[in-house]
Formats: sequence, C-alpha cells, structure tokens
Amino acid sequence: MEKLIEEFSFGLFFWQTLLFVGLLLLLAKYAWRPILEAVEERENTIKDSLEAAEKAKADMEAVQADNKRILKEARAERDALLADAKKASTQMINDAKEAAQVEAEKIAAAAQEAIQQEKNAAINDLKNQVASLSIDIAQKVVQGELADAKKQEALVEKLIKEIEIK
Amino acid sequence: MLFTASFAFANNAASTKESAEKGDLKSEIKAYIAHHLLDSYDFSLFSYTKDNGEHVYVGLPLPVILWDNGLKVFSSSQFHHGETLAEVDGNYYKLYHNKIYKTDAVGTIVYDDQHHATNEKPLDFSITKSVVSMLLVVLIMFFLFKGLAQSYGQNKGIATGPGRFFEPIVLYVRDDIARPNIGEKKYKQYMPFLLTVFFFIWFLNILGLTPLGVNVTGNIAVTFGLALLTFLITNLTGTKDYWLHIFDPLGDSMPWFAKIPLYIILIPIEVLGIFIKPFSLLIRLYANMQAGHIVLMSLIGLMFIFKSWIGSPLSFGLAFAISLIEILVALLQAYIFTMLSALYFGFAAEEHEHH
Repeated sequence: MEKLIEEFSFGLFFWQTLLFVGLLLLLAKYAWRPILEAVEERENTIKDSLEAAEKAKADMEAVQADNKRILKEARAERDALLADAKKASTQMINDAKEAAQVEAEKIAAAAQEAIQQEKNAAINDLKNQVASLSIDIAQKVVQGELADAKKQEALVEKLIKEIEIK
Repeated sequence: MLFTASFAFANNAASTKESAEKGDLKSEIKAYIAHHLLDSYDFSLFSYTKDNGEHVYVGLPLPVILWDNGLKVFSSSQFHHGETLAEVDGNYYKLYHNKIYKTDAVGTIVYDDQHHATNEKPLDFSITKSVVSMLLVVLIMFFLFKGLAQSYGQNKGIATGPGRFFEPIVLYVRDDIARPNIGEKKYKQYMPFLLTVFFFIWFLNILGLTPLGVNVTGNIAVTFGLALLTFLITNLTGTKDYWLHIFDPLGDSMPWFAKIPLYIILIPIEVLGIFIKPFSLLIRLYANMQAGHIVLMSLIGLMFIFKSWIGSPLSFGLAFAISLIEILVALLQAYIFTMLSALYFGFAAEEHEHH
C-alpha cells in the first residue's frame, strides 16, 4: 500500500483527468450522440420497414382473398345466369313448339273443314246435276214410253228418293 | 552427435565465463522490468552501451513542467536519464528513482532512517511518457469516432471507414452493458462515459502491448482518475431511492426502534460500500495490467537468462502465449471496468414504486 501511494503521481492524475474529461466532452458532442442517434434512427427505419412490409403482406393477402371471393361470386353468378338462360331458352322453344302445334292443328282443322264444305258443295252440285241429268234422261226415256206427265214425275220422285249418295 | 557434443562443450565454456555475469544480468532484468512498469520523463525507444561504457539512449525527450514558486518548464533531456542535474532559474533538480527532487548544485540527496529521500519534491505536471500515450489515444479516439459519426450522414445511416469496425462494439456496450444494468429509461445519460471509458482503457491496454511498451493502465494514478469519475458520476446522479437504500436499507420492514441497533452496523457498511466499489475498480485494473506486464517481461527476460536451445525457445513460446492472453485481458479488463461502472450507475439510477 505504501508502495502504491509512493508510486502515485499527482501530475499524471491531473493530466489523465484533464485529457479524459476533455475527450469525454468532445466525443459526447461530436461522436457518441450522433452515432447513437444515427444507429437508433437506422434501427427505427428497419423496424418501420419490417412493419410496413408485414402490413403490405397482410394487405396483399387480404386483397388476394378478396379477389378469390369476387372471382368465386362472379363464377357463381355466371353459372346462375347460364342456367337461367338455358332454362329460358328451353322454355321458349317449348312454348314455340306448342304454339306451332296448336297453329298447325288449327290450320289442319280449318283445311279439313274447308275441304268438307267444298266436298259437300261439290256433292250437292253433283246431286243437282245428276238429278237434272237424270230428269233429262228420264224425261227423254219416259217421253218415249210414258205420256202422262204426272205419273212420270211420281215415278222420278220415287226414284230420286231411292238414290242415296254415299 | 559430434555437433551436439561440440555445442555442449561450447555452451559449457561460455557458461563458466558468464556465471560471474549472471547475477548481474538477473538484477539488470529486474531493474529493467521495474523501470518499464513506471512512468518515464522521456519517450525512449531503446538504449545500448558503447564499447567505451557510454550509454546511448534513442528516443524523444519530453517537456518537464514543475511548479516550484512559479512555473518551470524544461526538456527532460537535461537530466540525461538521471546522470546529470537540470538547472532552471538558479534551481537544481535531480531525477532520482524516477522522481524529481529539488537539490543543490552538487546534487545532494538527504535520506531519512528508512533510506527515503527527504529532499523537497516540487509539484510535477510533466508531460511524461504516459501522458503522451494518453494524448495519442485521445487523438486516435477522437478522429476515429468523429469519422464514424460523420460517415452516417454521408452514407444514409450506414457506417463506412475504419470506424465501422467499432460500431458493433458501440452497440454491444449499449445493448449488453448499459441497457440491462441501468435500465431502458435512464441508460442514455450514462452512454458517453461508458463508451469513452471502454475504448480509452481498451486502446491504452492494447498500446501497452505494442513494442512501445507503455504501461499506462497499469499506473495507479490513471486507474484512480478513472475510478474517481465513476465514483463521482454514481453519487452525483444518485436518486432518492439510492440514498434511501444506503441510509435506510431495511425500509418499512420493521419499526424504527428495532432498526436502530441494526443500523449502527448496517449504515457504516453501506457507506463504506460507496467507496469500496470504485476502489475495487481502480485496484482491479491496475493489478491486472501491472501483473500482465510483469509476467510478460519476466518471460522475455528468461530468454536472456537461459541462453540455451531449449530454454529460450520455451520461454519465447510462453511469452508468445501470454501475449495472446494479454490481448484478451486488454479487452476483458476494459469490459469489466465498463460493466461494473454500468452496474454502479444502475444502483444510482434505480427508482422503485415502493420501497
């Protein structure tokens, strides 16, 4: 201990303290504060960037999920639309077919009726012509055989009645 | 075989001649080590003795500054390494056992019973070898860390230049020394001291391992100065809780009349602790660096004592290994000093919700 005190140099202690405190003050102002600030700023920047990246990733995922959902909805809508359209078209075709059928039947019926009418008219006409022809023929025949007109007409009448047109 | 025999013979012949000198060599090495461990008034690089017995010193003389009824400044070359007196303004000064004494024209030294010189010692503010080394470290540190600080601005917050190698260490001091010991809230105000003291001690320790061989951190005045600052900062920034912990360590755990007999013992211990903590810092650093230098120099000295093909390489190998360990110790001691300072600052800065 005595040796330590003997060794102690006040001058060295003085210079050491002076130099060290001077260095401390200089470095605190010109080095440590700017260094620590710069490092802290850099750390904050890194932290913020990482957070921003994380957030961007989360946003991206949300957007992707949204997109998927929208796509799915659009598909479902499209499918529904297609199904509707198909149904409508089938309906339309069926309706058209039915209408056509009905029209066709109507036309056929009308045609049938017209033909029937024509036929009846033709038959009546024919009947009349045949009647008059028959009368003419009978007249000519009976003129030669029968003189009595009244008897002849009764005969013709009877004959016409017997003729049934089928 | 023949070679070994002839070598052994030659060695034998030499050793008989040397045996007379051997005692001389040992004491010379011892004196050299003792001299090296002390501060010096000149920055000597090496010395040799000419054939005619004249000592030649190669190095730089440094200014001697004395306060002896006025400022006396002269060059240490006037002492001629203690061989001559220095005369300034009619006063004579003698360099005796590495200290400057005031003396008369013939250089009389008066001794007391224990062979201590009793001559008057003027106040000595000389720029010694240690002061020059510290100045060197101060300059290196200032430009190194100023450069580092500036490089951030020039390169978007990323360090460049030689300072960047020290950035991780700065961060280590912040994250592993200051933050855990002092606490997130208050560590910032202690950072300049912790960083400066860490690099100051580390650089000086490393400088001590270079062939310049300055033993600055192994000097009690230097470690005292550093520990004193730790002591002052600890106690000047001490919170109410810190002082309460010293003068009322038991708090509300027992009534006041029960505390009195305990406190007669406890308070002196706590108060002593305030001084012992920084004292341990100064002794630890001093003793470690001093011991390292003694071991290293002794091993180097052994090489000259052995002068054999086995002993010298062996002691060289040992000296080399110890040097490597000393590089580690240089860092370790800087770390320990900083770590413990931070710990003491942590005590000073502590704040409890309740006590």
